[in-house]
Amino acid sequence: MQTPFWNKEIETAERAVLQKIQLERLRETILWALKTPFYQKQLREARISSPDNIRSLSDLRKIPFTTKDDLRLNFPKGLLAVDMKDVVRIHSSSGTTGIPTVIYYSKEDIDNWSDLMARCIFATGATRADIFQNMMTYGMFTGGLGLHYGAERVGMAVIPIGGGNTKRQIKTMKDFCTTILHVTPSYLLHIHSKLDEAEVKREELVLKKAFIGAEPHSEDFRKKIEHIWHIDAYNSYGLSELNGPGVAFECAYKKDMHLWEDAYIVEIINPETGQPVKDGQPGEVVLTNLIRRATPMIRYRTRDLAFLHPEPCPCGRTHRRLSRILGRTDDMLIINGINVFPSQIEEVVMRIPEVATNYVIQVEKKGALDHLTVKVEIYPKLFLGEPAQLDRLKARITDELHSAIILHPSVELHEPNSLPVSEGKAKRVIDLRPKE
Amino acid sequence: MAKQLTIFLENRPGRLGAVAKSLRENSIDIRAFTVQDRGDYGLVKLIVSNPDKAYLALANLGCACALKEILAISVPDKIGNFEILTSALAQNNINVKDAYGFVLQPHQQGVCCLEIEDTHVAEAKKVIAAAGFTLLKDDELYNL
Repeated sequence: MQTPFWNKEIETAERAVLQKIQLERLRETILWALKTPFYQKQLREARISSPDNIRSLSDLRKIPFTTKDDLRLNFPKGLLAVDMKDVVRIHSSSGTTGIPTVIYYSKEDIDNWSDLMARCIFATGATRADIFQNMMTYGMFTGGLGLHYGAERVGMAVIPIGGGNTKRQIKTMKDFCTTILHVTPSYLLHIHSKLDEAEVKREELVLKKAFIGAEPHSEDFRKKIEHIWHIDAYNSYGLSELNGPGVAFECAYKKDMHLWEDAYIVEIINPETGQPVKDGQPGEVVLTNLIRRATPMIRYRTRDLAFLHPEPCPCGRTHRRLSRILGRTDDMLIINGINVFPSQIEEVVMRIPEVATNYVIQVEKKGALDHLTVKVEIYPKLFLGEPAQLDRLKARITDELHSAIILHPSVELHEPNSLPVSEGKAKRVIDLRPKE
Repeated sequence: MAKQLTIFLENRPGRLGAVAKSLRENSIDIRAFTVQDRGDYGLVKLIVSNPDKAYLALANLGCACALKEILAISVPDKIGNFEILTSALAQNNINVKDAYGFVLQPHQQGVCCLEIEDTHVAEAKKVIAAAGFTLLKDDELYNL
């Protein structure tokens, strides 16, 4: 299953070589960071006034973390390290909390990012002969343009269709013989359910692969997608604070995502203490961007929970693999004192064949206690019309959830396609408990 | 054997209406129906003029529905007849999984729909005939 390398020397470099590159680039990043008001303050706290103060990679740990709140408080220019005339792109998150965040890119930054994306795409075995339909939202969100530039760099034919309009997506896949999609996993499932409506059969499409991302999902969810579509689906990871997609990507082996360590320094920390966890243990992902000048980013707390695989990958790439995102430090639900991640519930729901695509997790107060309800949809093709079948189904979901999350949820059965599907990031958690 | 259509519906306003609308749009006549409340959802059982067509129409809407085989028995509308029928089945140790009935012509004819375990259907047919009742043919039921 050997696939070609985009940059073999870097992708298969010895760990010592990678660390040498990291140290060089970290020093350079410090130089740029010192040009920004925000990092001048941060670095002063760490008694760093020049790149010479960084003697080894462990010196990175002297520098305080950067958080999403820091980006908000320093909006719009507190982290800008270059003259505005050297900026060629601005990405911004609208900020559900009110204050947006912004990332600036120089020409060189975009170039570095595109090259990293091309590396990701190549690792899956895709080539310039592929036809790439980019269903991710374009605009201020980095998901669309990030893969777009990478796919063009590889030389694929890029269809910049963007998100939504399912019938048109299906028709476009057919008309242009799309071989690769870039899409959120929930939307990819949704499209499949609309093939009949669009009067297109799966056999009429030549789809081979999908790059799925922007949404946490379980291994079972991936398998479900691969099974119904007969494709290979590759997980991807990124966030705009660290450029966007392309931070980590799966290779042809699909055993979690190579995190490009010449471009990023990754730390996995205990979110409560800020201290590094033991090798291979899950914790919060903290990333330092080594390849962006316009907006340096040092020790950014992603709030994503994951772990690193210490062992090498059979593909030959030496860059360590990041696990799929197990949850977010901020989407962890605390229900009657028990920590529950929506991903644990999804994993259970997805392995039960009689249950369809969508589900909702609802938490509310009943008296003094929290009450968890998991709503799932009946999968119509497996419905037998037997009340006993439905009773067994409910009991099975309840039991499996109980063993996964300790709590005893209520399980509600719903009609197919009755729970909300979003054509972007799916909103699956409804917390109705009064805020304290 | 006659087909009954079973539909999974959420227990909230408008769901029965959606089924009724689809049946009307497909010119499907309803012979009998019952609704079984199961808490957050309900099961609707229907005898209709064209069960296959009704199934396809509802499946196209995305409904979870299933066709099930039942025995439709013509039972003269007279006190004691239901007892005769059920006792005959009981004496032969045949369990009724699900049942409902309706009067076609008062004091003359009624219909009893029974769901019997697959393994006992053949025997049930014999017992019903021996007790003096006739099974409705599929067409007879759909075109009542």
